[in-house]
Amino acid sequence: MNRQAQGVILLLLGGAILKASFTDMFLRYVKEGLRPFLIAAGTMLVLAAVTTILYDLKYGSALDTECAEEEHGDHGHQHKEPRIGWMLLAPVLGLLLVAPPALGAFAADKSGTVVLQEQAAFPPLPDGDPVQISVLDYATRAIFDKGASMKDAKGTDRKVQISGFLSPGPDGQFVTRMMLSCCAADARPLKVAMAGNRPAGLADDAWVEITGRYSPKTVKDPVNGQDIPYIEVLDWKAIDPPRNQYE
Amino acid sequence: MTVTERPRVRAHDHPHPPPRRRSIGSVEVLAALLILLVIFRNPFATWIEKYPALQTWTTVFVSVMVQATPFLVFGVTLSAVIAVFVPRSFWAKALPRHPALAVPVASCAGVILPGCECGSVPIAGSLIRRGVTPSAALAFLLAAPAINPIVLTSTAVAFPNNPEMVVGRGVASLIVAMVMGWLWLRLGRPEWIRLPRRPDLDDLSKGRAFWAAVRHDVVHAGGFLVLGAMAAATINILIPAKWMQWVADKPALGVIAMAILAVLLSLCSEADAFVAASLSQFSLTARLAFLVVGPMVDLKLLSMQAGVFGRRFAFRFAPTTLVVATVGAAIVGTVIFT
Repeated sequence: MNRQAQGVILLLLGGAILKASFTDMFLRYVKEGLRPFLIAAGTMLVLAAVTTILYDLKYGSALDTECAEEEHGDHGHQHKEPRIGWMLLAPVLGLLLVAPPALGAFAADKSGTVVLQEQAAFPPLPDGDPVQISVLDYATRAIFDKGASMKDAKGTDRKVQISGFLSPGPDGQFVTRMMLSCCAADARPLKVAMAGNRPAGLADDAWVEITGRYSPKTVKDPVNGQDIPYIEVLDWKAIDPPRNQYE
Repeated sequence: MTVTERPRVRAHDHPHPPPRRRSIGSVEVLAALLILLVIFRNPFATWIEKYPALQTWTTVFVSVMVQATPFLVFGVTLSAVIAVFVPRSFWAKALPRHPALAVPVASCAGVILPGCECGSVPIAGSLIRRGVTPSAALAFLLAAPAINPIVLTSTAVAFPNNPEMVVGRGVASLIVAMVMGWLWLRLGRPEWIRLPRRPDLDDLSKGRAFWAAVRHDVVHAGGFLVLGAMAAATINILIPAKWMQWVADKPALGVIAMAILAVLLSLCSEADAFVAASLSQFSLTARLAFLVVGPMVDLKLLSMQAGVFGRRFAFRFAPTTLVVATVGAAIVGTVIFT
């Protein structure tokens, strides 16, 4: 691969990274906090591409010492190296042409649910009826607090609202959210089982908004044996995937 | 050993008809490929959608690349700065003259490099080119991604109930990095390391040299990163979780299994602590092995090291590091957690 082609590939890679970070597409793959670094890296790649192409036009390939090296350098090793650059087309294609979706039911079904962290105290839920909370918040309160912090002053369970996608489970579908620490390679599912008026007629990966109450029931995750809480579903509706599908 | 010491390229070779023709060819191939891909975009995308495993593979692969690119670009930029703007004499002054002493100094210097392992490979290559003794550069390569503040902080966040995990990770990683540096001094042969030819930077102005180094390193290290990311995505899809439960129940096997898992999964060192925390079926020592091995040896590092230092180096260095890191983590873990 010569310098012009390298320049074009760098331009494509930088452009693909910039496009993903200026739209919300990058949220399918990494955490929101990475955005400034992605923009900086994309800009750097584009600059490297532009200087490569400009220098190549200005000085031509007469000064391209790499071409000479390829012929006079030692054998075997030398020839493979320029070719490895072609591999950089793969992420470009992945980002610009395929643009794969955020992880869904397939990945969730394969991995064990997140190991929840016990908290010393659970702050009261925010206002609202139903109150919107994250799947992580619901699961943690349900498992460690036995729902106590999800009751109102009179001691009845408050209505909570969580959203996630449907994934296969041993007892009907789970409502699931993937959690990221860094990128989708380290994503772990956060599963909540459903009782009561649970969603019907929806395929796995469909997004739903669940309104429900705490349920004391739990079930063991078939993969890693962790406790998965239930939610008593009062009402549900199908929704579009949110802007950031991870928690 | 360094590239800049070799004889200058002969001037009479240029201009050179064959490279010229080939240079047009390579851009044309690229253009043709891209046009074909744009045409077949939709059939290709629908085909992928039909197979959830393939789709998940693509998502994981793209994620690893998106996550690694800023660190790769950062590492490559820093290594170009080292190559172009830091004079050779600086390293002679900064590091102890005796290589055996330079090894611990270089390992501890890893603390100041906030990043993950993708960035440290080109940096170590650049250090060797600039005359730093390979044993010190290699100790730095191993230590930097494991003991920098970002990685240790994320480890502390991931293990809120086991703060000793942070200490264990730092100590074990430093020990392993130094042992590997000293081992290289005793057993390593300079001819195993073969840095790829870079454009002859000494011929160029500083600006051109900087951008030539950036372009060259992104294309090389980046290309190998892609191979590694593909391997990691494949493993991510293929490993059945049920095996893990079975292995986790056997303590000694657990340590070895977690070390191997760290190699196969090739996670970024800034994220691996969270994954280790979620693999709660394994013992703390086994998870420490995961955290010590991961930043030092994994599929994408092996691929990048083969690209930057040469295959003869990578296929000796990586397995040795794996053994030393696993044993080191097992010892430190046994001391700390019992």
